[in-house]
Amino acid sequence: MYQYDTFDHQLLADRVAEFSDQVDRRLSGALTEDQFRPLRLMNGLYLEMHAYMLRVAIPYGVLSSRQLRGLAAVARTWDKGYGHFTTRQNIQFNWPRLTDVPQILQALADVEMHAIQTSGACIRNVTIDPFAGVAGDEIADPRPWAEIIRQWSTLHPEFAFLPRKFKIAISGAIEDRAAVRFHDIGLRVIRNDAGDLGFRVWVGGGLGRTPRVARELREFLPAAQILGYLEAALRVYNLHGRRDNKYKARIKILVDEIGIEAYRDQVEAEWHAAGGPTLEVPEAEIARVADFFAAPDYANLPDATVELARWRAADSGFDAWATHNILTHRAPGYAAVTISLKPVGGIPGDITADQMEAVADLADRYSLGELRATKEQNLVLPNVRQDQLHALWSALRSLDLETANKGRITDIISCPGQDYCSLANARSIPVAQEISRRFADRRRLDTLGPITLNVSGCINACGHHHVGNIGLLGVDKRGAEAYQLVLGGDAGEADASVAQITGRAMTAEEAVDAVEVAAAVYLDRRQDAETFIQTFRRIGVTPFKEAIDAAR
Amino acid sequence: MTKQIVTASRLADGRVLFRAPEGWSTDIRDALMFTPDEAAAAVARAQGEPTRVVGAYAVDVDDAGLPLLGRERIRVFGPTVAPYSQVEA
Amino acid sequence: MPLVKLTSTGALSAPVADWPLLAEDADVPPSGPVLVPLATWLAGRETLKNRPDTGVWLAAGDDATALGADLPAVVAVRFAAFTDGRGYSQARLLRERLGFAGELRAVGDVLIDQARFLGRSGFDAFQVAEGTDLVHFEAALGRFSVVYQSAADRATPVIALRHPLHRSAAE
Repeated sequence: MYQYDTFDHQLLADRVAEFSDQVDRRLSGALTEDQFRPLRLMNGLYLEMHAYMLRVAIPYGVLSSRQLRGLAAVARTWDKGYGHFTTRQNIQFNWPRLTDVPQILQALADVEMHAIQTSGACIRNVTIDPFAGVAGDEIADPRPWAEIIRQWSTLHPEFAFLPRKFKIAISGAIEDRAAVRFHDIGLRVIRNDAGDLGFRVWVGGGLGRTPRVARELREFLPAAQILGYLEAALRVYNLHGRRDNKYKARIKILVDEIGIEAYRDQVEAEWHAAGGPTLEVPEAEIARVADFFAAPDYANLPDATVELARWRAADSGFDAWATHNILTHRAPGYAAVTISLKPVGGIPGDITADQMEAVADLADRYSLGELRATKEQNLVLPNVRQDQLHALWSALRSLDLETANKGRITDIISCPGQDYCSLANARSIPVAQEISRRFADRRRLDTLGPITLNVSGCINACGHHHVGNIGLLGVDKRGAEAYQLVLGGDAGEADASVAQITGRAMTAEEAVDAVEVAAAVYLDRRQDAETFIQTFRRIGVTPFKEAIDAAR
Repeated sequence: MTKQIVTASRLADGRVLFRAPEGWSTDIRDALMFTPDEAAAAVARAQGEPTRVVGAYAVDVDDAGLPLLGRERIRVFGPTVAPYSQVEA
Repeated sequence: MPLVKLTSTGALSAPVADWPLLAEDADVPPSGPVLVPLATWLAGRETLKNRPDTGVWLAAGDDATALGADLPAVVAVRFAAFTDGRGYSQARLLRERLGFAGELRAVGDVLIDQARFLGRSGFDAFQVAEGTDLVHFEAALGRFSVVYQSAADRATPVIALRHPLHRSAAE
């Protein structure tokens, strides 16, 4: 994992001092709210319905046990004893006091954490595959590049007041687990024929009011040239992105309006004028950063096939958990374990301070001190010995964190919705909880197989419903909560698609029933071992629409 | 005639406040009821307290003084879901 | 509104009077001090460039690189709203692409808390609101001793500090 050097620490110290000063000046009235708002947003501090909300960055989702304990301490000391993992690999606290935020930032800085640029019209947290460094299908580890981009984008003076937020994602594996085509810039790591490392660059993807699949900006960019290229891409966006309408200010709209060719021409021209291919991250720095992400000293182990079979046979609970929550590791004898934060009837992504501390201990004991936060709002222990899986599972059980539903229909991704967010049109958590209860049965989960289900409380789509195999969108129907069901979204690079509307908005009860109907249609119509999304792609939305209408 | 209350966020901690006879209260039962014109004036006056409150606005309420809109009721009573429910009740 | 300038020591000068911005379709006054719009400058460059008290101001949507060679002694970039960040790119292009070495002023909606971003983007003069606490402004300018990226200023980015023998054109 990346370790701060004196420079990194100094920057955070300066930042904490700066924001503390800004808070003082706001409290004294020297700064008006209009002046303070963009400053606090650049520090991830929202003013929400009930209280302030602080969004703490978990850079590219990688977290040490020490940092997780630090987050637990923040939750306990300055909040209400819990935190919420987000769909962008960050964590949110819902109840901090403005007057405490300087101290919170100091406590975070002590464990090399911060809230810089987790909001505002600037470059946000770079997100990646949560199994980076351990996945069997990895081409190259995206983490060093995420760290290099993180530093370059932090307090970048030219891009502090972009037309709108800017989100970057990186995928380093064959399967895209970072949704690169739904970001402002998506990078997929590739090697050219000569074996050189580079990126395929996607631009103009996004969700919200105008979901878009990204277009290819560049087929191959040598990896070391990434910062110069990003700077050109951002500069063109900064100068030409729309600023007249908040809902048309993302780069996807610019690319729509001028066309990908024109945008590419401008980026390439700007990049070349600045030095083009001569602008490279020094090899020494690439090597320095990559070093932090070198594979740990894995023990020389065989796969624990026999033990696993024995444990599975002895305990159906363990069997289910091993089936769903374990990912094959590139190191033999190891596994990457997903800790689902979606217990039956629970709030997706929420975790108590006590659980955070316990999970930190588990990370130390079973995962070489490292964790990941995923955009599905779960946690991952990336380095677990297979021969310790049963012990880990038992420990998770005692914490009510053994829910065996990773990637299944009850692994629901949900924004906080109207219970917390002033932008929302409807509540999302209660709907997620009801779906979670309806589909809790283990056999049912198995039968339905992999399904992504996303709930957004409004069209801003923070729940990513556009890319859910099943998505629910909260709308306002004459002052009442209502939900639109969408089907057929897919976030992966290869089959990137936006979900389709199935009909008019429904009550929460009707919406949950409609999800049941959709599941039934799938089971009825699937062929061979088709997953939900494969069946959907084959038969289209009409059979689902008809069944849902008929059921109403 | 529409009745309204005036609400804002306390600058120091972001907590929900209601315009009350003596300034601001966190308890909705203390909230003053206004006509829309009176509420608008109260909202304008709140601009004069920038180090105390932020984001003041008027909310339509029923005869009991409770907000009509679901969103506003959630703001008054808090999230409808337990803050840290991790286990099925 | 008063103008303060960055001196070579990094301190701010005492406020001086700023030059007025000429409206877009107005006639150029016979003498300055005045800042003329870009289009006006481009049309009348031959004569205007000989006037030491006449400079150019850029609106947020102007193409800074249109100034080309033959640069005035003073360029002002106008921030109509402090949330409109185009001026930062314009400033960097002026400094780094056109090699502008004159006085680069940030005028309009300029806030103390943007001082560091403005300074790093190449501005060395700032229009401040009446009553601005200049002590704070100066503090804000010098706030960050560490920078991660190179920009228009002289600050050495961290990568270069980490690897002193491996400086490259951009980090």
